[in-house]
Amino acid sequence: MIVADRKPIEEIIEEVKNYEKILILGCNECVTVCEAGGKKEVGVLASALRMYFLNQGREVKIDEETLERQCDHEYLEEIRDVMDQYDAVVSLACGVGVQFMAEKYHDCPIYPGVDTCFLGATEKRGLWTERCQACGQCILARTGGICPVSRCAKRILNGPCGGSAKGKCEINKEIDCAWELIINRLKALDKLDDYEKIDPIKDWSTDRAGGPRKVVREDVQE
Amino acid sequence: MRLQYPSDIKIILVPCTGKLDVVHILHAFEKGADGVYAVGCMEGDCHYNSGNLRARKRVEQAQKILDTIGIGGERAQMYNLSSSEGPRFAQYAVEMEERIRKLGPNPIKLAKKKAA
Repeated sequence: MIVADRKPIEEIIEEVKNYEKILILGCNECVTVCEAGGKKEVGVLASALRMYFLNQGREVKIDEETLERQCDHEYLEEIRDVMDQYDAVVSLACGVGVQFMAEKYHDCPIYPGVDTCFLGATEKRGLWTERCQACGQCILARTGGICPVSRCAKRILNGPCGGSAKGKCEINKEIDCAWELIINRLKALDKLDDYEKIDPIKDWSTDRAGGPRKVVREDVQE
Repeated sequence: MRLQYPSDIKIILVPCTGKLDVVHILHAFEKGADGVYAVGCMEGDCHYNSGNLRARKRVEQAQKILDTIGIGGERAQMYNLSSSEGPRFAQYAVEMEERIRKLGPNPIKLAKKKAA
């Protein structure tokens, strides 16, 4: 899922302090799971903003709404009838949702309420770690299901590098060396021969190096 | 025991302080409460293992938010006691009441009155 973290309330206040009618818009998907932008966080932010403005002697209308997703037209359409009631929206969705809202509601300023971090997994409640960098050409079949692109600091494909020590990465002793993990896993799978195969140069044009990307599926288009 | 404690404290029962969320604390202040405190079981004695520890973290989160928006984080507090400690319950109530009296009324309540 897409992992996001909460933005400091001070930062959000600074962005929206001059508006009179603000919608706080949550998203029921990834940001709900990582407890950054779901219905609950919408309630907390909205309540804090209402009190902040009241304390400043201003009555600002702060409403709350949480959509199923903010990265799909159909869900964003659900608020079309009420959008003219607001002069700004704080979207607690990931950067995708914020941008899709901005595209759909061109005349209304949309502010991000979270910092979008990475594609990751919930290790346990309150701990999310990166697992994928969406490079567009998955190599997990050759690396024992462990991704060197997202989990190796150098993204090297024929590792490990000289900075690997006691299974940890040289940039931070808390970070596992992805290649140590890969080798251990290949051993467990009895596929260590795969490690001997030199990976060819990866085509990074499917990564961000090739500019903004898109997936076109004519077979499912209408 | 017929212990006395300040009469301006309204008790809201929850099945466990782990039920308490940041938003509940904030809503109480939004509705005009001058202070909010949670009284949980002793740490290490939670029937659900970690309810009271969760509550403490949530109270701390609420304190940070209240500080940021100018209401004052010290208006929210977390206390712990065992269910047999009636006198301590009364003592915490007195302590909390004194703390809030020193701080004065919730500025939101005053702002709402001014706006009305």
